[in-house]
Amino acid sequence: MGNFPILTAVTFLPLAGALLIMLVQSATGSNGQDEETRGRQSLMAGLIFSAATFLASLVMLVSFEVDAPGYQLVEEVSWFAGIQYKLGIDGMSLLLILLTTLLTPISLVASYGTVKQRLTEYTIAFLVLETFMIGVFCAMDLVLFYVFFEAGLIPMFIIIGVWGGAERIYASFKFFLYTLLGSLFMLAAIVFMYMQAGTSDITVLETYAFAPEVQTWLWLAFFASFAVKLPMFPVHTWLPDAHVQAPTAGSVILAGVLLKMGGYGFLRFSLPMFPDASQFFQPMMFALSVIAIVYASLVAFRQTDMKKLIAYSSVAHMGFVTLGIFSFTEVGVQGAIFQMISHGLISGALFLIVGMVYDRVHTREIAAYGGLVNKMPIYAAIFMLFTMANVGLPGTSGFVGEILTMTGAFQASTWAAAGAALGVIFSAVYMLTLYRRTVFGPVTNPALENITDVGKKDLITITPLIIGTILLGITPNLVFDITRESSLRALQMITGG
Amino acid sequence: MLDFQAMISAIGPELLLALAGLAGVLAGAYMGDRFNGLSFKLGAVTLLLAALVVIMNWEGGEAFGGLVTTTPFVNFAKCISFIAGAVTLLMAEGFLKRHETIRYEYPLLVIFASLGMGIILSASNLMTLYMGIETLSLSSYVLASFHRDSIRSSEAGLKYFVLGALASGILLYGISLVYGFTGSTDYGDIASSERTIGLVFGMVLMISGMAFKVSAAPMHVWTPDVYEGAPSPVVAFFATAPKMASMVVFANLLFTAFTGVFEDWQMIIAIIATLSMLIGAFGALIQNNLKRLLGYSSIANMGYALVAVAAGAEYGAAALLVFMTSYVIASIGLFGGVLSMRREGGMVENIDELAGLVRRRTGLALALTVLVISVSGFPLAVGFIGKLVVFQAGWNAGLLPLLIVLVLSSVLAFGYYLRIILVMWVKEPVERFQPVGSTVSLSVYAAAAACLVLFVFASPFLDWATQASAGFIQ
Repeated sequence: MGNFPILTAVTFLPLAGALLIMLVQSATGSNGQDEETRGRQSLMAGLIFSAATFLASLVMLVSFEVDAPGYQLVEEVSWFAGIQYKLGIDGMSLLLILLTTLLTPISLVASYGTVKQRLTEYTIAFLVLETFMIGVFCAMDLVLFYVFFEAGLIPMFIIIGVWGGAERIYASFKFFLYTLLGSLFMLAAIVFMYMQAGTSDITVLETYAFAPEVQTWLWLAFFASFAVKLPMFPVHTWLPDAHVQAPTAGSVILAGVLLKMGGYGFLRFSLPMFPDASQFFQPMMFALSVIAIVYASLVAFRQTDMKKLIAYSSVAHMGFVTLGIFSFTEVGVQGAIFQMISHGLISGALFLIVGMVYDRVHTREIAAYGGLVNKMPIYAAIFMLFTMANVGLPGTSGFVGEILTMTGAFQASTWAAAGAALGVIFSAVYMLTLYRRTVFGPVTNPALENITDVGKKDLITITPLIIGTILLGITPNLVFDITRESSLRALQMITGG
Repeated sequence: MLDFQAMISAIGPELLLALAGLAGVLAGAYMGDRFNGLSFKLGAVTLLLAALVVIMNWEGGEAFGGLVTTTPFVNFAKCISFIAGAVTLLMAEGFLKRHETIRYEYPLLVIFASLGMGIILSASNLMTLYMGIETLSLSSYVLASFHRDSIRSSEAGLKYFVLGALASGILLYGISLVYGFTGSTDYGDIASSERTIGLVFGMVLMISGMAFKVSAAPMHVWTPDVYEGAPSPVVAFFATAPKMASMVVFANLLFTAFTGVFEDWQMIIAIIATLSMLIGAFGALIQNNLKRLLGYSSIANMGYALVAVAAGAEYGAAALLVFMTSYVIASIGLFGGVLSMRREGGMVENIDELAGLVRRRTGLALALTVLVISVSGFPLAVGFIGKLVVFQAGWNAGLLPLLIVLVLSSVLAFGYYLRIILVMWVKEPVERFQPVGSTVSLSVYAAAAACLVLFVFASPFLDWATQASAGFIQ
């Protein structure tokens, strides 16, 4: 590939697509066609661009050398005042970028036919969002990272606010302001680190030794941002609102990618840059993780709204991620990264599954369903697969992530691992209850009498996720080989390796 | 004898503006109404020429025995102010034409106000400063009440005049105290005189007067009313050029004349900044009128700028220039947005009138979104860089409490900025706006583009500001 800036290409390809769609649509004017036709054309164009981005990210995967330490495919241009436009990837960011580029076209396909209003703007918002998400994962400069991290809020804010449910305004504001408040603390920390170290280059800062008392404050500032994003107990309350109000595709991206930025942040910044503080806060993180796992699982059990249930299940599953990260063991960190990828696939699929019946019946109330297996056998099978994956059935990717994070946690604290194991049981309780109440039993709701089984579009969206979930469940080493170097680097300042 | 070369390099732009203004008065007297249309273009060209003269004499110089001294620092501000004046003048033409108040006095007043800005920026003597401020203020009072048949405009003008005169009085009283206790009105002499209680008293009074001019709390009360009442193009002008000039003059005065009593004014500026940031943010939260909202938003933004001032000359000078420039660019665009809000039967100013703008005029809505993002200091536009450098300056100067207020106020500010975005994107569209002419739209697009371009290519911009403030770094 030579010096071709593949990362810049992958990052900005969706943005270029968005601009192109915008220009073409405004240049052609209404042109006699109605808004819906034009919107559908935009969606198709957006799909092509996001698919092209996915292919480009596969090129990235091919040119990635698994065993090489450090960051690869680095691109560097000076931006301003010592801050650089610097991109680079390691195994962890590579996989998260792949997850992003996979989920974006899937969510666009899922929107086909279901989103009818203002499809052009919708497509543009998703493409812009994709650029920012990819940017977050490959930024190698703190300020650049912050720019991408924050910028992603605006398209998501608009997606929830424009195409969301009845309470969308409240939900979008809550999402935005929660995340923003956390991020501003991080910005303060970033400015301080930049002042102190004289650079905002992540590779330099990873080995820069901040004084322990300074580390504590910096760690807390980053924690404020990542804990909201992840989200961790007790700042998770924006997530159920945002998920319930967001359109299906928005939920897929939110759960699949945006939540992962929190875990990514902990691994990329908190651990290597503030090792002392990370160790100092380990008990707190364990406690919050276990509370998140147990509490969110219990809350999930009581939900009457399908999306809210899955949202709380996300909070619980992200608890495993923090548990694994703060175990400071290789197996725990590997498990945490795996769990992020796996949860991206599974929760994305679950939101799609909810979306499928929502499109047909227009309600997310669990009580409105029941007996779906009689009418939608294929749907029931797919739902069963992902229910099991979410519970952590061996053979699915959910199992690998949970078992590894718990193994890691067990080495650090038996109690934490025991608490988390409780969460696994609870997750079986709420997921199986959800499944039983929606799929089994007699058909009671007359609206379900004429419901049709999954269509071609649904299969297109869900099949890649089925393949991914099972493939990673059977051969998890596909992921581990790629992420080994990143997990070791995240830990090197703590274990001294 | 007079050294013309030195004089030109020190006050060339002001000479140009003064002569052009006088020529304009004569031309108006001879040509009458025929001059009305032409005067706007000529005025804008004159202002741009003045900006060009500033750039040609970038290093500046001294003239009139030290009454005026120009430095790259003030020339930076002059340049931006004149350009902003020219753009807002061009934006005004269509509005005034539709309101049948297109008269050649308007560009002349803008030119004389710009002359005042030039003079205060060049001032290195309290007398020059006061003269310039009065030139600027008197022109502004008339501009605020330019729609003399409208009760709102007259009220705005009167309010501005009464309070402005009071502030000028306070400023003058401060000047007299400073003169009395130091024996000089020269910036350099004041800086080298020893600290006396009278000097500090005078300085506090001068700060109060200047705070009025930049609409910083607690001297901000005129701002929302004048913003709401005065004709929109006039407000567009008030919000940009004089803001830039007054703020830089304020900083220049403190950085040069009162550099010896830094500790005394730092605390005062810090308090003023805190109050402005909070009052601006809280005040704007509850506004429905877009012009009033922008008025409160300007109070908050002046608070951010004052954080840079409180950081002191060494850290804050360049940050101030960067922040104010990014603010001025965004403000031009946002007021272009205000000027675009025209319906059958007149201008509308309520935020809800923007509802669904993205479906009616996608380009305008996108541009306004970029501008709102910029002025809110969100990454993606130059406003972020402005706030970042202010933050850095404050951090370097150790002003932690101020920075906490800055962060909190920024979060609050997102509450009302987001509302504008939300209304444009989410609400069901209302009736289309009437076209307002290409100059306004062009200015909005240009401002939005500038916000993005300066964000991506921030380096030359920052270097320029740093180089301009190099004189303050020992």
